[in-house]
Amino acid sequence: MSGGHDHSHPEGHAHTHDGQNAPSETALRVKALESLLVEKGLVDPSALDAIVDHYEHKVGPRNGARVVARAWVDPAYKTRLLADATAAIAELGYSGTQGEYIVAVENTPATHNMVVCTLCSCYPWPILGLPPAWYKSPAYRSRSVIEPRAVLHEFGLDLADDVEVRVWDSTAEVRYLVLPERPPGTEALTEDQLAALVTRDAMIGTARVQAP
Amino acid sequence: MNSVHDMGGMHGLGPVVPEPNEPVWHAPWESRVFAMNMALGAWRRWNIDAGRHVLERMPAADYLRASYYEKWLYGAFQKALQFGLITRAEAETGQPDPSAPKAMPPLAAERVPEIFAAGRPTIRTVERRPAFAVGAAVRTRNIHPLTHTRLPRYARDKTGIVAARRGAHVFPDSNAQFQGENAQELYAVAFKARDLWGEAANPRDTVCIDLWEDYLAPA
Repeated sequence: MSGGHDHSHPEGHAHTHDGQNAPSETALRVKALESLLVEKGLVDPSALDAIVDHYEHKVGPRNGARVVARAWVDPAYKTRLLADATAAIAELGYSGTQGEYIVAVENTPATHNMVVCTLCSCYPWPILGLPPAWYKSPAYRSRSVIEPRAVLHEFGLDLADDVEVRVWDSTAEVRYLVLPERPPGTEALTEDQLAALVTRDAMIGTARVQAP
Repeated sequence: MNSVHDMGGMHGLGPVVPEPNEPVWHAPWESRVFAMNMALGAWRRWNIDAGRHVLERMPAADYLRASYYEKWLYGAFQKALQFGLITRAEAETGQPDPSAPKAMPPLAAERVPEIFAAGRPTIRTVERRPAFAVGAAVRTRNIHPLTHTRLPRYARDKTGIVAARRGAHVFPDSNAQFQGENAQELYAVAFKARDLWGEAANPRDTVCIDLWEDYLAPA
């Protein structure tokens, strides 16, 4: 079904490293592909708009932060989250593409979890949105499994030798949410105030949640 | 396949550089590339594993040089071409072949929410009983297929402990080849960092990898 590569055509081949300053050449190739697909009736531009809108506005790490805050204030919810995260997260309205099967892993004083996808860029979209560039970078993908403590150090997180670092390599369709430790001194905060403290990186496992 | 996508444990790929307040997209074309991939997927000419295998076969130097969404652009183009949504002539000219039938209707905007809500679960109900219990010692197979696999190189021929069972999931190695789902138990297998990387690793640290039963043998 699939042929090999044909290097005679330039379309779809990459020439630059820096997506931030993508040359207009890439933008033009994208436009050319979109108009071909639209003219052939393969994509509807308004559907593309709807897809973009979904990932710009409907999903993102604020969803995951709500899950974490709920688990911090509601022990029964936390128990459900750790037993069946997919169902517990669906209780808050988050589910679907790239979150069909979610597992929550809990950070404790003795164990620190962090998540990577060494083979591509697997990430729990419904609760964290699309992954940041560093998560998808060759550097993070290659180093997290062999020298996680060095990577965490670069994020400003230094763990004692007697803390276990547990790296989860997302090789299948299981998506991971790190349940960070609730910072001390936050007993008086409301669930919404707690959610505001929870960062994306803390839910990937490259940071701790800081008290305000 | 042993291509450059299988990065776990490689050296020399630089520092991790977080970007403060990173936007979802860095340029509008990135969002169009992302959306085209999603919309083309709705034709169901390929599955997620076959799609990943297309990217794995991107020439290695290009793969390393490309930004993330440049890879996705390559992927959208190659999937459309390799799985028959566009022809070679159309790819080269950018013009639709007037003799080709128009493929209608494409995914409509109003169906996008339901598509995302449904997702594409890979868990299945199967007759095959799981071979390993939680706590069992397992050894990963020493395989090097030219085709798609989700057993990373760094975890081949290694011994670990089953940490959890995830139910039966579609097996990527066969699914990517359109040779059937072959759903089977998926396990989270915990490896001691020292068993993967040697004495330099912290003796407490572990790497947990989701591995299908066909990757595993009793240890």
